[in-house]
Amino acid sequence: MTTHEETAPAATGLMGAPGPGGRFGDYGGRYVPESLVPACIELADAFEGAWADAAFRARLDGLLGSYAGRPTPVTECHRLSEQLGVRVLLKREDLTHTGSHKINNVLGQALLAERMGKPRLIAETGAGQHGVATATAAALLGLECVVYMGAVDVERQALNVFRMELLGAEVRPVVSGSRTLKDAVNDALRDWVASVETTHYCIGSVMGPHPYPYMVRQFQRVVGDEARAQCRVLLGDDPDLVVACIGGGSNAAGTFAGFVDTRAELVGVEAAGGAALGNGLPGVVHGMRSQFLQDEAGQILEAHSISAGLDYPGIGPEHAHLAAIGRARYVAVGDAEVLAAFRLLAELEGIIPALEPAHAIAWLVRAAGTGEIAPGATVLVTMSGRGDKDVQQVKEMLA
Amino acid sequence: MSVVQPTAVAATVQVGEGRSGSPGALETRLRQRRAEGRKLLVPYVTGGLGGDWLDVVRAVAAAGADAIEVGLPFSDPVMDGPTIQEASSRALESGATPQGIVAALREAEVGVPIAVMTYYNVVARTGHRRMATEIARSGIAAAILPDLPVDEAGPWVDAADAAGVETVLLAAPTTPDDRLAAICRRSRGFLYAVGLLGVTGERHELAASSLLIAARCKQATDLPVLVGVGVSTTDQARAVCAVADGVVVGSALVRRLLDGAGPQGAGELVADLRSGIDRG
Repeated sequence: MTTHEETAPAATGLMGAPGPGGRFGDYGGRYVPESLVPACIELADAFEGAWADAAFRARLDGLLGSYAGRPTPVTECHRLSEQLGVRVLLKREDLTHTGSHKINNVLGQALLAERMGKPRLIAETGAGQHGVATATAAALLGLECVVYMGAVDVERQALNVFRMELLGAEVRPVVSGSRTLKDAVNDALRDWVASVETTHYCIGSVMGPHPYPYMVRQFQRVVGDEARAQCRVLLGDDPDLVVACIGGGSNAAGTFAGFVDTRAELVGVEAAGGAALGNGLPGVVHGMRSQFLQDEAGQILEAHSISAGLDYPGIGPEHAHLAAIGRARYVAVGDAEVLAAFRLLAELEGIIPALEPAHAIAWLVRAAGTGEIAPGATVLVTMSGRGDKDVQQVKEMLA
Repeated sequence: MSVVQPTAVAATVQVGEGRSGSPGALETRLRQRRAEGRKLLVPYVTGGLGGDWLDVVRAVAAAGADAIEVGLPFSDPVMDGPTIQEASSRALESGATPQGIVAALREAEVGVPIAVMTYYNVVARTGHRRMATEIARSGIAAAILPDLPVDEAGPWVDAADAAGVETVLLAAPTTPDDRLAAICRRSRGFLYAVGLLGVTGERHELAASSLLIAARCKQATDLPVLVGVGVSTTDQARAVCAVADGVVVGSALVRRLLDGAGPQGAGELVADLRSGIDRG
């Protein structure tokens, strides 16, 4: 079982608690309609109380172990390492119950909702992984669950819609705007404005108003904390690089939290068509000041990529801060590289990745090829989810 | 988290508490009308909705609006229900921009104070000082930013105050008394009391929370208190005006505009609301 040594803060002040205003440098904050501010304050207090409560932590750890299947292993990729000339380790979040890291966060938030006496969960979902995870936690704890999903994503992820329904959740297709993840967030916020007295909004990434970016990172830091200890055993040292894919950035935030105070270089990989740090501008949307794809008037643009889970025009505020201070760097890869990486990992390692972490593999392949990563370097990549949900789509794309 | 009930003890309120300088054009006009014993009517029109939107604004003014809220359309309006979402997308699709709408209002000669309503990203992208200056240069009295709560409003309100632009803040049914006091201190023009927990849109019944929040706001401030969100019909407006100083009516008007009512139809609706609340 994992320990909760919070390795980061003291020395560097990085990835610690952001303070009552929820600021990470210039980013973060709490920009929501007044109706929601008291709920956000209540949630921040409830989270602080729960996180400091040994009984709550024991219950969460118990579920992470006996229900979600933690700790997940770190797998050394011998054939891929040989081909790339660097030593590749995968943190296997694809092996958790429901098949992605999303379960770590929703178990925490569902327990918190129960603790706050809120019987109803709402969530947004893109690829459907967070929706499935939320529906799962709601079933486990006997909570009502409504998932908002862009109508476009409802079509391209039909199996995940059915999974959520099997789990007892109601899936509401969102037909406004671009009909994808950002619009699902809008509709979830609109629901919450009306239902805040009985409902907890279970945000799926390190985004939204304070305390979400901080709270979700804390619920996901189990990924990085475990991986750090596992790397010490496998490598006798910290890895040279730590790489994770980024939509909103929750698996990356959880992973980075475990390594931010080591010498490891931290690399976040965005989809080229949704690169909020690569191509975005500062803005305030969905409750947070961060970087967003937008036009000069401040209208938010649609993100486009092969992977529904990364089609978000923004990024979590703590990532914007880590980029600004240079502690992590953020790169982008295109759809073709991602498809190639998807096949490569399947063929060489017998692991079919979700399209989201295939972005991280794609950058690794590119950077090893160009020599950007020194030969023989050790690289930990977070395999944030398994590829079952994407097999049909990839089949069509390769046809 | 629950709807906060009014307290028995009325707060002591001082006119102009927590602020410097004299009230702006919007607040002056609303106070003056209130002093005349009139209830206040502030209709909402989405800027850039249809080629004749400026004519709509003028017709609404001529029909008896005390001030007008003009929406600057934003791609992700999280405080708005389906009607104003639809109006915003139509305006954006037809090429409307917040800057273009603000510029168009410069020449509009509407005759009543204008408050622009938009989302904070539009302001953040433009820059506080530049946005405040452009608003002021167009003769627009005030701005309403529903996703900018009082805790985050400081930098904008400072820039707006400096440019002579009034910032109308919102109070919600969930707002506790200490926050309500802080909101009243920083709000200019009027206090926008959100009538229910929910987004903008028409409702068949007036929410009980509309009267509760109106009463709490009236206890907390001498600013004009207007209730918006879920106030759609003349009867609902009259019921609210028994407690509040006035109403903001948005979706009911915008739905008619989406259905093609045009300036004349908009004027007729506002005239009906006017005579309804004047009857008391």
